[in-house]
Amino acid sequence: MSESGANLQYIQEKLGARVLDTLLLQGDEVLRLDRAGLRESFRFLKEDAKLRLDFLSDITAVDYWQKKEPRFEVVYQVAALKGGWRLRVRVPVPENDAAVESLTPLWKGANFLEREVWDLFGIRFIDHPDLRRVLLYEEFQGHPLRKDYPVNLWQPLVPERKVEGTFVDEHSQTKLLRLKQTLGNKN
Amino acid sequence: MTVESQELPLEIMELQMGPSHPATHGTIKFNLKLEGEKVLECDVEVGFLHRGFDKSCEQVTWTQVIPYTDRLNYASSLINNVGYALAVEKLIGVETPPRCQFIRVIVSELARIFDHLTCCGMAASELGAITVGFYMIEARELITRIIENLTGARLTVTYVRIGGVKHDLFHDFAEQVSRSFKIIRKLLDDCDRLLSRNRIFIDRMSNVGTISQETAVSYCLTGPILRSTGINYDIRKAYPYLVYDQMDFEVPLGKKGDNYDRFVCRIQEIEQSMKIVEQALQQLPVGPVWIDDPRFVLPEKEKVYNSIEGLMHHFKIIMEGIQVPAGETYLAVEGGNGELGFYIVSEGGGRPYRIRVRPPCFIAMGAFHEMIRGYMIADIIPTFGMINMIGGECDR
Repeated sequence: MSESGANLQYIQEKLGARVLDTLLLQGDEVLRLDRAGLRESFRFLKEDAKLRLDFLSDITAVDYWQKKEPRFEVVYQVAALKGGWRLRVRVPVPENDAAVESLTPLWKGANFLEREVWDLFGIRFIDHPDLRRVLLYEEFQGHPLRKDYPVNLWQPLVPERKVEGTFVDEHSQTKLLRLKQTLGNKN
Repeated sequence: MTVESQELPLEIMELQMGPSHPATHGTIKFNLKLEGEKVLECDVEVGFLHRGFDKSCEQVTWTQVIPYTDRLNYASSLINNVGYALAVEKLIGVETPPRCQFIRVIVSELARIFDHLTCCGMAASELGAITVGFYMIEARELITRIIENLTGARLTVTYVRIGGVKHDLFHDFAEQVSRSFKIIRKLLDDCDRLLSRNRIFIDRMSNVGTISQETAVSYCLTGPILRSTGINYDIRKAYPYLVYDQMDFEVPLGKKGDNYDRFVCRIQEIEQSMKIVEQALQQLPVGPVWIDDPRFVLPEKEKVYNSIEGLMHHFKIIMEGIQVPAGETYLAVEGGNGELGFYIVSEGGGRPYRIRVRPPCFIAMGAFHEMIRGYMIADIIPTFGMINMIGGECDR
């Protein structure tokens, strides 16, 4: 733990004002970075011989709607391939200008991960080579993992069959009627 | 009479493969640009099985998320259960008793064997070695029977709970495991003899879908795909969890990073997993399988039916959910396909604020165009097969 604390201190010394905060949450080291010059900050984390955080595990985001200002936080998990330590980097992003620099020049795998964040949260990545939706379809309106997107809002591409009551449609209704009639004749 | 050789006019053909193609087991679409049979570009479209895992998890209690995790990678649902439970326990700050940890290791490794057998068997049968496919499904069935006897379900098991496992191992668990492993080793030996000198199999797997070490790291690949390039990165060794640091096992590594190395890595990992299960069964300590903490553990049914305190306790855990303190954590376990991470944010209270899964095969699909560029269209089948894309996990 003491060594990792030293690592955080080392990062703070090197990056200076770009580090907003360093935290220790549940034994995990967390670094809050300013989004200005984000790619350069990550290049330092990746290439510094002492830190050797050469592996990008994950990119995701959290929406703190009506809880925190700025609204979004993009969360990066970086790790050392040799093992030993992990670092979580959180980057606050305001709602009115939801964009951060893309990390695709550093890790090509960031391509799909950033597309997913754009798809589900609507956070743009500057200089991303191909920022399209990845899990949802192009015609989809809005970004479903935002907290103000209603959970039960459906956007089907083709109009859905009319369903009356639970699990009963017109077709099965007529079938049911016919069944009742045949039974009625017998009884 | 002289025959003038004439070049055919070069025309780039665009072909859409999927989303319901018999060779792509799983709904996925490849938008290909072909020059003859050579793949120039491949744009992978995923998401056909997207059902909003993250959003659904935000609506239910912490315990009710466990059945959802089953449906991520349904070939190794036990590993998903274990990973999620470990992440929530890390956030709460509790540690399960030793017996529970050993049981979790055992079930994780059984699920890994299941996962690898599914992947390798299907990949082999798609290349024509249908016998191998059946032999591996037979081996998998033995694992499924153990899991069924233990948990009551074959695929979506929901066996692990926050703070323990649903119940202890059954009385002749060790015997059934050793009996099954004996047969599985025999079957794998047969498969090896069918494949290791099989010209068709090796020609189609070897030097196909090759990626270099740098590319693999750059594309954030993990699991057998990364290890087939020779990089030793296994979460069980790099960031040990549970009791993996007490286990004696090796991490199989490849050299070339092609499909054949991936196949061999997976087959060797099955043997290592069987070794871990046998060791864990030998060292299995006696004791409880639940933490001794009424805040997270349901009371015994006898107490629920016979005392008002027991009933209230049961009611509060079921209706309000267990109370997880505010905070956030990331915990990764080694899944069948690679690093399976859970990033969890809690605002306090009975429901998660945000749950994010790091899906190993979604990230592997992000590198698929790199693996297949320049190869033939028929090489898509073994390359895609060795990624072991599971729609439930890839699309969530």
